[in-house]
Amino acid sequence: MQDTTDIADRHDAVCVIGAGASGLVAVKNLREHGFAVDCYERETSVGGAWNWRHDRSPMYANTHLISSRPLTEFPDFPMPDDWPDYPHHSQLLAYLERYAEHFGLGDSIWFGTEVVAVTPVGDGRWDVSTRSTGGGAERVQRYAAVVVANGHNWSPKPLSVDTSAYRGQVIHAAAYKDPAQLRGRKVLVIGGGNTGCDIAVEAAQQATTVWHSTRRGYWYAPKYLFGRPADQVNDRMLQLRLPLRLRQFLYHRTLKLTVGDMTRFGLPVPDHRPYESHPVVNSQLVYYLGHGRITSVPDVTRLEGATVELADGRRIEPDLVITATGYLPRFEFLAPELLDLDEDGKPDLHLHAFARKHPTLAVVGLVQADAGLFPLAHWQSVAVARWLRLRVSDPVRAATVQQRESTRPTRSWTRLRVVPSSRHWFEVSHTSYLRALEDLLRQMEPA
Amino acid sequence: MSSQLLRFEDWTSPVPAVRREVLKALPDGSVDTPPVLFVPGLGHGAWAFAEHWLGHTASRGFGAHALTPRADLSLRAYVHDVVQVAASLPRQAVLVGHGVGALVVSHAMARYPARAAILAAPVLGGWGTLGAALRANPLGTLPALFGAAPRLSRRQLFSADLAEADGYRARLVRGPADVYRKLLFAKPAGRPVGEPPILVVGSPEDRVVPRKALDRTAGRFGTAPLLFPGMAHDLMLDTNWREPIDAILDWLIKELATQAGG
Repeated sequence: MQDTTDIADRHDAVCVIGAGASGLVAVKNLREHGFAVDCYERETSVGGAWNWRHDRSPMYANTHLISSRPLTEFPDFPMPDDWPDYPHHSQLLAYLERYAEHFGLGDSIWFGTEVVAVTPVGDGRWDVSTRSTGGGAERVQRYAAVVVANGHNWSPKPLSVDTSAYRGQVIHAAAYKDPAQLRGRKVLVIGGGNTGCDIAVEAAQQATTVWHSTRRGYWYAPKYLFGRPADQVNDRMLQLRLPLRLRQFLYHRTLKLTVGDMTRFGLPVPDHRPYESHPVVNSQLVYYLGHGRITSVPDVTRLEGATVELADGRRIEPDLVITATGYLPRFEFLAPELLDLDEDGKPDLHLHAFARKHPTLAVVGLVQADAGLFPLAHWQSVAVARWLRLRVSDPVRAATVQQRESTRPTRSWTRLRVVPSSRHWFEVSHTSYLRALEDLLRQMEPA
Repeated sequence: MSSQLLRFEDWTSPVPAVRREVLKALPDGSVDTPPVLFVPGLGHGAWAFAEHWLGHTASRGFGAHALTPRADLSLRAYVHDVVQVAASLPRQAVLVGHGVGALVVSHAMARYPARAAILAAPVLGGWGTLGAALRANPLGTLPALFGAAPRLSRRQLFSADLAEADGYRARLVRGPADVYRKLLFAKPAGRPVGEPPILVVGSPEDRVVPRKALDRTAGRFGTAPLLFPGMAHDLMLDTNWREPIDAILDWLIKELATQAGG
């Protein structure tokens, strides 16, 4: 790569922040659309969250995909078809490394470089201050556009209960790496999401006692239905465009016939219908509940001394508490108003991607769907690339597109009915979301 | 228009994995040229390229690979296999499709951002293809209209002076007529992703691909065909096999230089 120390103005180049899965697709698709790209990555290698060597990676030894391979791979760079339905995280990392190598993305990535500040210059352009993670002076460069792909699974959400008076060990799920951490201990896992369930299952195989605390009842889908990955069965119903009510009915029936009555295992009754929360896919949780290896308990109300008090008044004495509370998005290099952040730091973006007041600022990969993230991030970045190109090549048409997009109803691409849990703020249905994106892409189709 | 984004068929019933035969010839030492993947048409296998073109391509500094169509063939499975092999190569691949292989490449281009694509003696299907086959080889083609496997004649594929023609013809695999019909009357491919440069090559004497079809194909991609008069359909097996592959590689080198410069 050329030496640019004395060139502050990068002219038409686009800056991409992060070289995880979302950053890599952004770099590849922007370059494919003819843009010069500088990507900044604070780590010294690609892969972001999927690279277990990275400080901020939430991977643990046994992490596997939750969505199946065909619903997770990049649409234009499939995973090897002889890989399992649910590959291991190390395979995902190898896949991302091969993607970067295949498309020669390394030429555009500055590793070990942290973005400190991104500030608008006024004419749609941006000053990006970077610093080597090894220290040293800051450098400022000017870009035509900025694409943020810094991930959203690295800044743990704190537990809502005070833990300062508790004597046992409390760690966030992000710090759980290896089953050895659980061996022979009494473990309480807090959180009913995919991570919470996965760790509870791991604990069931290692710890002496396992409690699993969830605030509400969830619909726990098995990983396989009728011998097929469950998400593939679900997409068959979406393909047939079965109405939500019918799908809910079928889901209910299927679960009743296969897993049966979940409350028999001590799980609370879900307070919502199927498809009204982010899917939790775990075949083994019920198995270990049925073997008495996991005890389901309600919400935690107090941690003090050696005891944990539960919502039903019960008191338990774990020596390790793992909080699978999820993560919050964080953009410490951007002023909050640029992404219209609310008080919890959650941005308000058009299609969860485009900054509303800044046409040259976009975020890629900040969605959560009932399918893998990579295909969504891919098409988001294609849309961003086409948009940035159209702005320059045909400003009149770009203005028309912008006008039309501003009238696109939010409910056409967000999930309408979800339980009011803070983790659902960026939940989408992958089919509705991709339909909205496809409509936008068609408007921007090169002539 | 079918959706590029919502790929229910791939999501709900993925093409089953098979062991694929991929023959290759690699240049000495490491190179920074893109790998080239040859995609044969119906009846042919990777062997047809291994005969001359693979080795020659490698000798000119490109990693050369050729894929044999799977036994249980369909357009969808063939496109899947081409994209799988292309994605398994170390760098963004150049796709070269011959005959019906060009049709497969045109579909693969909508799924995978090829570095460049070459359609050699392209059979993109439709009534024109059937008409040409009937004219050149009525006895071999007619039964195909009634469900039997079509039989390609020697003079359809090879030049009269090609000594090895009978040996090559013996290696051809006859697929079920149904596969031919489905391939030739498949929906046209979607727009290529990543805007790869595309070259169409062929021969005016080709008895499978009429000159008009060649012009039409090239026109679809905004170019004119590069012609090799006097050659038969199987360019890569002809006595003059060296000419078209050299022209293809010269074009490729020029295109890569333009891309790097632009």
